[in-house]
Parts: sequence; C-alpha cells; structure tokens
Amino acid sequence: MKYLKIFTILVTILGLGLAFQSRAQEVNSLRGPVDLDQDSNAPEMKKYPKDGKPIARDYVQQPPLVPHTIARYKINLKSNKCLSCHSWKNYRQFDATKISQTHFEDRDNNVLANVSARRYFCTQCHVPQADAKPLVENEFKPVSAITGE
Amino acid sequence: MSNQSENKPNFLKSLWRVLRTPSVSYSLGSVLLVGFVSGIIFWGGFNTAMEMTNNEEFCISCHEMEDNVYAEYKDTIHYSNRTGVRATCPDCHVPKEWQHKVIRKIQASNELLHKALGSIDSREKFEAKRLKLAQNVWRAMKQTDSRECRNCHDLDSMDFGEQGRRAVKQHSEALENKSTCIDCHKGIAHELPDMHDVDPTSVIGN
Repeated sequence: MKYLKIFTILVTILGLGLAFQSRAQEVNSLRGPVDLDQDSNAPEMKKYPKDGKPIARDYVQQPPLVPHTIARYKINLKSNKCLSCHSWKNYRQFDATKISQTHFEDRDNNVLANVSARRYFCTQCHVPQADAKPLVENEFKPVSAITGE
Repeated sequence: MSNQSENKPNFLKSLWRVLRTPSVSYSLGSVLLVGFVSGIIFWGGFNTAMEMTNNEEFCISCHEMEDNVYAEYKDTIHYSNRTGVRATCPDCHVPKEWQHKVIRKIQASNELLHKALGSIDSREKFEAKRLKLAQNVWRAMKQTDSRECRNCHDLDSMDFGEQGRRAVKQHSEALENKSTCIDCHKGIAHELPDMHDVDPTSVIGN
C-alpha cells in the first residue's frame, strides 16, 4: 500500500509537471506563441491598390468600398478631403461617385442643405480594401439580386 | 544755428565734388582692383547672407513656423515618403531664380513686421488668420504657374502610364486646360484652412 501511495504521488507530480510544461508551450497571446524575451514577427504590411474602378457590393446596403488609397486624407471640422471630389458640386469635375442623398438626413429624417453630421466622417463606413487572405474560412456568397447572375 | 544749416549743404557739395574729381594719387589699375575685389566681397557676402535665411533651420527658428506649419508638414508626403526625397521650406516657398528670390526676400520684410507685432504668436491667432495666409500662398502660386512645384514636378516629365486612374484623368485635363498644380493640390504640405468659405459643399455645416 505504501509503495502504491508513493507511486501515485510521483505520477501525479510528473503529470502535473508535464501538463504545466505543455501549457507553457501553448500560451498563445495576441503576439503569437512567442517567448517573452523574443520579438514576435509582425505580419507583412498590406498594400492598398493605388487606384481602380468601383468595387461591386456584396450585400444589400453595404457601404461602397473605396477603390483607391486614402493615406493621409484628412477629415475634420475644417475640411473633408473625400468631399473635395465626392460632393455634389465636385463629383462631375473629378469623375467621382457622388455622395448619396441619404447622407443629408439627420437622425430625425430632416433633410439638411449639407452633409449631416452623422454621415460626415466617411471612413466610419467606407474603407479601402487590400487583397488579403481571409483569417478564417468564409463561404459567404452575395445574393443574385446584387451580383446580377 | 544759421552757420550749421549752411554747413550741411556745403559738406554734401564738397563730397559730391570729391567723388566727381578723377583720382590724383591712385593709379587707375589700383582703383579698378580695389573696386573689383570689394565688389566680389560685397556681392558674395550679400548672397551668402541671403542664403543663410534660405534654409529650414532659419525658417523654424521662429516658433510661429515651428509649432504650426512645420509640425503639420512633418506628417505629409513631402517630409517622409517611399524614396526618401525631402523638400524643405524654401524649396516650395522661395523661388530658385535670383531675381524672383530677391523680390520674395523683400516681401518677407512684411513677415518680420508681423513677427514684431505678434500677429500669429499663438495657435488661436494663427488659426484665425490661416485662411487669409493660405489664400496669399495660393494666389502667388497661381500667378507664377506653380513655379516652385515645377522645380521638381513637371507635367511633361510625368509618365501617365505609371499613374493611377484618377491622376491620369486629372493631369490630362490639366495639360489641356493649362491649369496649374495649386488649382487642385491644396493643403498637401500643411493643414487646410476652414474651407467653409472656399468650397462649402466639401465641409460640414451650412
């Protein structure tokens, strides 16, 4: 019995030790399974396409994507770089997509004479797209009403 | 009193007479040599002094420049970019050709006046004046057909095949319409002023 007891304790200690060891190797934080004293490898920076034709929408009411780079474009209370081409006054000159009329409505459905504050900060919804591999598998398919197929 | 007032014109008259009289004791050669050498020194000195006021270090020695326009400029493509070419303040704001440069430097005396008056010695004062200051620069660039831009950028040297769809269209039209860089490229090196008065449709509010 005595030997069995000692054997059980030894097995438990060994088991716990192994468990802790394997746990230590599995710690996977946001910086990846990298030891604290080592630099993690940042993923390669994605490049946005410089300029292209409008990107087709994938679902109803999707905010249209931005088919060009918008690096260093400023949007603040003094100016809005996007609207310098996409406003109703400017879109013809710059051959740009014009801002939707829905953007002139405030939250009480009053139509304003200029862009509504809640629709002013374009990049809240409209974002450029890099050609990146999806992080998780995705089988989403747009409906035929959108693709026209 | 009356003697003094009579003396002054007499002194000017005698100085004029000395200047008009041919040199007696110095040879023509030495007069020419002294004139030539001092000419080089004065001319070289003048241009050296002018060049000393023509670099970024001098420009941002005033806090008005360092805290406002320079701080904003550090976030733009002309300060940091893919190829590592950097434009400094005078590259865009001071003409390269001598005659235009001197005119600009004389105009800068107005900036010294406003430095002394403290016209933009706080961020708030600067913001209040920003539209006017920006419009001054836009007007000057329009008048010179964006001369300082063209020291580096030239429509004729552009390879439209390398440009994006938007750029090709705009630059082709610029070639046809004889429009100039600043017509579109505003606010590329510093923040834009409040655009409500310039293009109300491109900014929030009525």
